[in-house]
Amino acid sequence: MSQAATATISGPFAHNTNTVQRTMFTVVLALSPATLFNLYLFGWPSIFLFAVTIGACLATEAISLLLAGRPLWRTLTDGSAILTGWLLAMTLPPWAPWWIGVLGAVIAIPLSKQAFGGLGQNLFNPAMVARVALLVSFPVVMTAWIAPHPLFSDHSPSVQQSVAITFGGEMPDGVTAATALGYVKTELSRGVPVAESLTEYGRDTTLTYTPDLMDLATGYKPGSLGETSAVLILLGGLYLMRRRIITWHIPVTVLGTLFVMGTIFNLVDSSRFAPGLFHVFSGAAFLGAFFIATDYVTSPVSEKGQIIFGIGVGLLTWVIRTFAGYPEGMAFAVLLMNSVTPIIDQYTRPRLFGRTRKGEPLPIKVSP
Amino acid sequence: MKLFPIRGGIHPDYHKELSGECAIETLPLPTRLYLPVQQHIGAPAEILVSEGETVKKGQLIARRQGQISAPHHAPTSGTVIAVTEVPAPHPSGLSQLTVVLEPDGHDEWVTTLPEPIADPFAVPAEVLAERVADCGIVGMGGATFPSAVKLQLGIRHRIDTLLINGAECEPYLTCDDRLMREHADEIIDGARIMAYALGAGRIVIGIEENKPQAIAAITVAATAFPQLEIAALPVKYPMGSERHLTLAITGLETPARKLTADLGVVVHNVATARAVYQAVRFGRPLITRVVTVSGEGIRTPKNIEAPIGTQVNDLIAFCGGFAQRPERIIQGGPMMGTPLPNLDVPVVKGTSGILALTAAEINDRPSDPCIRCGSCVNICACGLTPVELAARIRHDDLEGATKLGLLDCVSCGSCSWVCPSHIPLVHYFNYAKGALAAQDREQRKLERTKTLVEANTARQERLAAQRAAARKPKAAPGGEVSA
Ligand code: SF4
Ligand code: SF4
Repeated sequence: MSQAATATISGPFAHNTNTVQRTMFTVVLALSPATLFNLYLFGWPSIFLFAVTIGACLATEAISLLLAGRPLWRTLTDGSAILTGWLLAMTLPPWAPWWIGVLGAVIAIPLSKQAFGGLGQNLFNPAMVARVALLVSFPVVMTAWIAPHPLFSDHSPSVQQSVAITFGGEMPDGVTAATALGYVKTELSRGVPVAESLTEYGRDTTLTYTPDLMDLATGYKPGSLGETSAVLILLGGLYLMRRRIITWHIPVTVLGTLFVMGTIFNLVDSSRFAPGLFHVFSGAAFLGAFFIATDYVTSPVSEKGQIIFGIGVGLLTWVIRTFAGYPEGMAFAVLLMNSVTPIIDQYTRPRLFGRTRKGEPLPIKVSP
Repeated sequence: MKLFPIRGGIHPDYHKELSGECAIETLPLPTRLYLPVQQHIGAPAEILVSEGETVKKGQLIARRQGQISAPHHAPTSGTVIAVTEVPAPHPSGLSQLTVVLEPDGHDEWVTTLPEPIADPFAVPAEVLAERVADCGIVGMGGATFPSAVKLQLGIRHRIDTLLINGAECEPYLTCDDRLMREHADEIIDGARIMAYALGAGRIVIGIEENKPQAIAAITVAATAFPQLEIAALPVKYPMGSERHLTLAITGLETPARKLTADLGVVVHNVATARAVYQAVRFGRPLITRVVTVSGEGIRTPKNIEAPIGTQVNDLIAFCGGFAQRPERIIQGGPMMGTPLPNLDVPVVKGTSGILALTAAEINDRPSDPCIRCGSCVNICACGLTPVELAARIRHDDLEGATKLGLLDCVSCGSCSWVCPSHIPLVHYFNYAKGALAAQDREQRKLERTKTLVEANTARQERLAAQRAAARKPKAAPGGEVSA
């Protein structure tokens, strides 16, 4: 734009108090209760991994900015790298070794965000790209879910042991456990009907740890940081809606679709298909619906677009969980829908005032 | 009354409490008044007085030129001490031909004021429109379109509804609120006169719900007239935009590039209605207006009835000066108002407010990258996608921006207000609209040049042909004669 054009200042001379930084940190705040609970649940190794992942995201962001010659401090403190790291950490197995966090950060920040031009420019959700890349490359490490080892409890690893776990890669024996989704999936592949494996999940003595129903509700169960405490995640999501950081459109459509698909197919054949509620309450569905699918940058801008997007994520999650090799379908579903976001945006623009959908002026209609 | 929803909208901090309870005060006569020739949309008025001349209050000092124009009158009696270029109340700070008047303190009315129209409902509509034109009334909500032109819309359109706009949806401004509370009868009389002139059977006064006293006062004043309805509007910016007000009250959506009049609806502001009342009932021209002087920068915010031409300086002094250093002085509301270059500019007919805003109130900061939060898309009352428009404009794709509705943007400022990245979206749009207008002018100039060149070529060819024709007879006469 020319100088002359910028000479006169346009209004408005008022602004709401929202900023990018505030938005990001509100999301972080909303994630905090669930995070704290889970760090408690999985003890020092998970705390180390969490810190390493976020630290690595900040470090890689800083390096990318320096290399690109972009302003450092302002971007580093906008909260976006912290949030990406936070979300990524929440999808990792809590006792995964440190390099998983670092590698994830490298994939998420320089490769998935900065390479596209920085904040707001990336097509795909950086945390999910990182998670999927790690899952595909290191399937064993990335599915080594462990049973809860609450801090200060008898079987909680000491700080020294934890250092060995996170930084030495010494996973002790007999701590891993299957997540409910993974269990059902494995059992199904062995020919055990879903309904049976669901009841079995609580009783299977070959598993070192299995949660009872109460544990499933409170989140005292194996899983990633974000997947265990659906209730706390839900509370965080509701808080975000209250603060108007997100609207209902994406979370409700994601969970609703997942529930409806699950319920319908479960009614048709309960031996092959898990029930709707099971889908909604397992596998980080809440984290995905409230915190990941709602990522501003990679989801549609209009409310109508968000509804389509949410239905897509819910549908694909169900399909992937049910028919594909990965019990955890959310990350894939989000990435798939990210890729069509520009198209959704293009077809869901609101109608212009005084014009038809096609952009022609409305016909004149006189009051009766 | 049943209302219709409008899309989007925002809820800014209104700050109306700063001045809402301050009754309208009359400004003591300032020592100088500055009356620019152009205070309205349309052709500037033509000055009729010269330096040294004495004038009386209400005397015509500049007459309208052309159809869309408005005359100006002396707000008080005194001497014209200069007719000169003075900075206009416009962000550019450009000068304008201005009559500088030194009041003599007698405030003496001219004896040749037009006669009051005793029964306005018994005279032809044209008489009323002419009176409104003669009294220099323009849209006082800030649009400053000559009101008489809008009153004549009844000639070419069938108008059934007159909407009186008392929404006052801009933050800080309370001048219309006070007018409705204190002069409800006059507003309603003015509205009835305008409805009669337009041939409109229905009058609806739209007031946002955050002005309960105004609603009460207008309701009381309206009880005697069954054709009057009152619409308590939801508080939402930009409810006061003409098209959105029409939609909210009548359910009719004005087609792009058409007027509300095409739907049988005409909208006038409450202050305009009161000015019409004074013009018709007393023959008084528009020489004062109520201005809200507010903002955290002002020591004692007030609603002031000030003569047109009062310098902003004088208004601020009357409010006790500055309480703290203002970041900007704004004319109008904070959403659509314009920054003033300095305090020496005059109040004009469209000045609804003078705001001294502190940096904290404006809450400006450098912009961040767009995070595609979608807020701008979901709040735009015109259905635009500001985030996409801005991207097109940044790439100088004006055509693409136009396709996305650039010219349908009413510059209400909501998108800039809501953007968490503080991207100056409206600034982009205003720039692009300006660039389009310039392109348009350029295009027309090119076409004109082309026509001129073509005309010139045609003339040359004609001349050449004539010369050739003139030569031919010379060369051929022998032959012809011989033939
Ligand atoms: S300024 Fe224009 S684009 Fe922005 S909200 Fe208002 S009408 Fe929409
Ligand atoms: S409000 Fe600002 S940050 Fe959000 S989509 Fe619009 S331009 Fe981008």
